[in-house]
Amino acid sequence: MGDIVFGVISIILGVAGSWGLYWLLDRAMRFLPSKAQEKLRAVPFLLPAAALLLLVSFLPLIQTLIWSFMDAGSRKFVGLDNYIELFTSADFLGILLNNFLWIVFVPAITVAIGLMFATLTNQVGASREKIFKSLIFMPMAISFISAATIWRFLYTYQPPGRPVIGLLNAIVEYFGGTSQPWLTIDAGRLNSFLLMIIIIWLQAGFSMVMLSAAIKGVPEETIEAARIDGANATTMFFKVVVPQIRGTIMSVFITVVILVMKIFDIVLAMTGGNFNTSVLGFAYYRELFVNSNFGSASAVVTILCVIIAPLMWLQIRSVRQVEENR
Amino acid sequence: MKKILHRVSGAKIGTTLVLLALVAIWSTPTLGLLITSLRDKDEASNTGWWTAIADPLNTAWSIEPYVNAIEGGMLSALLNTLIVTIPATVLPLIIAANAAYAFTFIQFKGRELYFASLVGLMVLPLQSALFPVLKGFVWFKKTFGIELIGNFPAAWIVHSAFALPLAIYILRNYMLTIPPSLLEAARMDGASYYQIFWKLVMPMSIPAIASFAIFQFLWVWNDYLIAFIFVGEQKPVMTWKLMRMLGQYGGGWQDVAAGSFLSLIIPLLVFFALQRYFVRGLTAGAVK
Repeated sequence: MGDIVFGVISIILGVAGSWGLYWLLDRAMRFLPSKAQEKLRAVPFLLPAAALLLLVSFLPLIQTLIWSFMDAGSRKFVGLDNYIELFTSADFLGILLNNFLWIVFVPAITVAIGLMFATLTNQVGASREKIFKSLIFMPMAISFISAATIWRFLYTYQPPGRPVIGLLNAIVEYFGGTSQPWLTIDAGRLNSFLLMIIIIWLQAGFSMVMLSAAIKGVPEETIEAARIDGANATTMFFKVVVPQIRGTIMSVFITVVILVMKIFDIVLAMTGGNFNTSVLGFAYYRELFVNSNFGSASAVVTILCVIIAPLMWLQIRSVRQVEENR
Repeated sequence: MKKILHRVSGAKIGTTLVLLALVAIWSTPTLGLLITSLRDKDEASNTGWWTAIADPLNTAWSIEPYVNAIEGGMLSALLNTLIVTIPATVLPLIIAANAAYAFTFIQFKGRELYFASLVGLMVLPLQSALFPVLKGFVWFKKTFGIELIGNFPAAWIVHSAFALPLAIYILRNYMLTIPPSLLEAARMDGASYYQIFWKLVMPMSIPAIASFAIFQFLWVWNDYLIAFIFVGEQKPVMTWKLMRMLGQYGGGWQDVAAGSFLSLIIPLLVFFALQRYFVRGLTAGAVK
């Protein structure tokens, strides 16, 4: 009971406090001379957001950059040592390979499956479409940790002699194979691909919803014209529909790339980064909380940011384009 | 598009069957865990969950896994999760709405540049800031004597900051559709910018606010990293508890499964009840 009361009070205080802050800022402005008031018109609305972004994301980012050139306890500068150590370690190169595989496969497959679901659900009538879409979209509401629970159970392995309770191994045995501890098999990075399936499963619904809305927005005349020209369904889809939804395909693709770059929870909950499944997001966690090496952890994040930077630029550019078309 | 789809309605049955099969595959992993969460411990660890479907009458169904999960502290974790999630959804919305208002309706120096940097920040990985912020909180404790780490406000602050860029972007996109003449009329009547925001712009932006609120709610509810670092075991949230259960699954899969489903109830309710707004929010941002 005490917990509930405390919770309700802290929620009210937290929310009322922020509202009160804007009220105070507005009041404070009135003490300024009217010329300054006119000039600083935007400040009371922007100040809390600016302060928060500066203190909790921008300055910490700079701090991380600086720490990446310092030793494990961030006491003295060591130049590029952290980076040299990372790039000469086989482990880290394996991690980069994993990240590379994630980026190559997950976004493209997520878009392809989303496109397939979108086209199929668009053809079955409004009421069925709604039910199917809800079911495919549902994993979006599931946390990475819950998803990991669901899939670890599916992949689970029991030693010989014990009954099989994991679905994947049951299927393998049904077809005459033998049970395998799937998550430990890194040949061909098999276990990493098993982890990728989880993200595809989680994100396909998002991809479907976005692409379905885009396909519905394709003007009917263009399809009608192609039909008159005698195009079959496949040509129509790839030559008429897909080019017109290219913008949405790109934005889904980039969204999934960004998500995949930062992937962390799934690896932690599925394998704990063992058996060569680690990725950059997880390597950071390990350097920080297992090895307590702040320099190395900061270098890992910096590398992550450098890889993400081009996406940042793409994002700014695409927003610019949208603004200009307004 | 619709007219054409009607013409091919002969293929409708076939497509429906294909979709049924695909949706069945898509739902199987979740179904397996759901069934396991309702089984007796002995049976769950000795037979596959599919045998329970094949022969539901001879299966030892049990709600004990849920009782175990609740006794293991899943309910207080649910409360903690709510206390983290509600302010971490409301605060960034209030702050972002104010900022979006300034970016949309007030001229100031460097507006374009600030907005471009904001869009850039949307992509920034959370990890880039975590540790310096943690150190900052330690410094805060030393200087002001207020302990943030291990308490809810720490999570609120970090979640709010990282939600801001996207929230400001979405809300600004929406506010651009509000005719400026409306604001000018209010100015003529003597309303201040502050009054215009709370009385006019905020109420008119409710659709965008609602759709972002659902996003943020689900995101915070499902977060593990921030909860792990800033709140941790002092006030364990559900993802934290679940991760713990997953690490020590001596109790068997049925308990972990029950814990997992307890953590799913609220996000799924929110999701199904407000799905329409969720989809609208998603597609509003990207499909032009």
